[in-house]
Amino acid sequence: MADAATAVIEVRDVHYAASGRPIFAGLDMVVRRGRITAIMGPSGSGKTTLLRLVTGQVNADRGSVSVFGHDMATLDREQLYAVRRRMGMLFQNGALLTDLDVFENVAFPVREHTDLSESLLARLVWMKLQAVGLRGAARLMPTELSGGMARRVALARAIVMDPQLLIYDEPFVGLDPISMGVVLRLIKRMNDALGITSIVVSHDVQELATIADDSYLMAGGRMTASGSPRQLADSSEPAVHQFMTGGEEGPVLFHYPAPDYVGQLLGTPE
Amino acid sequence: MSAAGNGPLVSGLRRAGSTALFLLQVLAQCLPALARPRQLAMQIYNTGARSLVIIMMSGLFVGMVLGLQGYDLLHRFGSEVVLGQAVALGLLKELGPVITALLFAGRAGTALTSEIGLMRATDQLTAMEIMAVDPLRVVVAPRFLGGVIAMPLLTAIFSVVGLFGGQLVGVQQMGLDGGVFWSQMQGAVDLHDVAEGIWKSLAFGAACSLIAVHEGFTAEPTAAGVGLATTRTVVASSVLILLLDYVLTALFI
Repeated sequence: MADAATAVIEVRDVHYAASGRPIFAGLDMVVRRGRITAIMGPSGSGKTTLLRLVTGQVNADRGSVSVFGHDMATLDREQLYAVRRRMGMLFQNGALLTDLDVFENVAFPVREHTDLSESLLARLVWMKLQAVGLRGAARLMPTELSGGMARRVALARAIVMDPQLLIYDEPFVGLDPISMGVVLRLIKRMNDALGITSIVVSHDVQELATIADDSYLMAGGRMTASGSPRQLADSSEPAVHQFMTGGEEGPVLFHYPAPDYVGQLLGTPE
Repeated sequence: MSAAGNGPLVSGLRRAGSTALFLLQVLAQCLPALARPRQLAMQIYNTGARSLVIIMMSGLFVGMVLGLQGYDLLHRFGSEVVLGQAVALGLLKELGPVITALLFAGRAGTALTSEIGLMRATDQLTAMEIMAVDPLRVVVAPRFLGGVIAMPLLTAIFSVVGLFGGQLVGVQQMGLDGGVFWSQMQGAVDLHDVAEGIWKSLAFGAACSLIAVHEGFTAEPTAAGVGLATTRTVVASSVLILLLDYVLTALFI
């Protein structure tokens, strides 16, 4: 168990069900300050739901989620917004505001939360856009960007308020190898240069292993394994081994439960 | 509350209740939205100015039809001279506000619903929430206010163009005396009649805009969900406009 001083997020024995379907049953997780924590798991294991819990979009049915030492379930709207101001989140598709150009998208949180002069604000935005290599794209609209560029703009927007915690939801999905390498290095650089705590949710095992300090593997509503990427890769536990190596044989079934195959092909039509 | 609560009546009531609660939340954010005149002007432009062509065309034709039908009807009683008065009262008190609102629901209401619904579907609203920015304040309130302000303006334009259309038929085509047409109108229409139209258009503006932003905000974040919400905007707005019209007319008469 990590001591409270270094834990940015503590998830304790969380139970959660959405529309009658249980998603978490006794989930535990600790994210430590200044480290990159990878959360891996097969599709549908609740990775995105975990992020909704951590950002206070939903509350756990049982157990506690605490972020920066605040129990998310007990916060009112003002307090929740105060906690959220300390975090940045990168959405899977970028979630850029489609009626604003790249510059204004990055400037958006600053305009909403501060009274900075226009020249100071512009300098701030140029710096963040430079960090993601898109200073030249400032006047493009989101629809004119490729998927990788949109995600880098979203990253610039996520860091413009200098958050202490950065959350990446599936940052590598649908990226070509070059964009993937760029985003991967950006995550690492943000973390090291700005001293940010990072959570990366993904199922790209190989890529994550190169940057993550800690990793968790989710399955069946709980964390089935945790440790460094090296430890997970070397694990002999069947479920962990299957996920890390991408095998079809193992405890996680490829086939959704179905009646007998031969019987269905040859038998009476239903 | 539980399994019994899924009938159409109960779900309809629940929808009405959630819309009413939503109205209170939006109203609470309207003052901050007023403090940003640029954004508000943008929304008035979006909902108002962009509906101008359809409003003016419809106004012209409605006025012309009123002129024709009115002339035909009044001619049977030998009282064509009051055509100006009939056209003006019909437009200002009734047809102007109602038809403008129906067109507004179809043109601007659907645009609002699908815009906000797609913002929901593409995580833009969630992203704002995570950035500690209230989407009700930034997205919903300015659009709602824009609609409320745009509707009376559109109604006024509709009625003026309609009067011109009525004059076109009555005076230019049917040969009524222009002076009689206008002086009859001037004599019969008083401020009370104009006010009735303005109050109606304000009420319709609030109702249409509220339904449109609420449907968009609560739309299921899928292509089908946004489509369904858009349809509901038109249906609910149209029915509510006609219902409100009866209630308001009863109050004014």
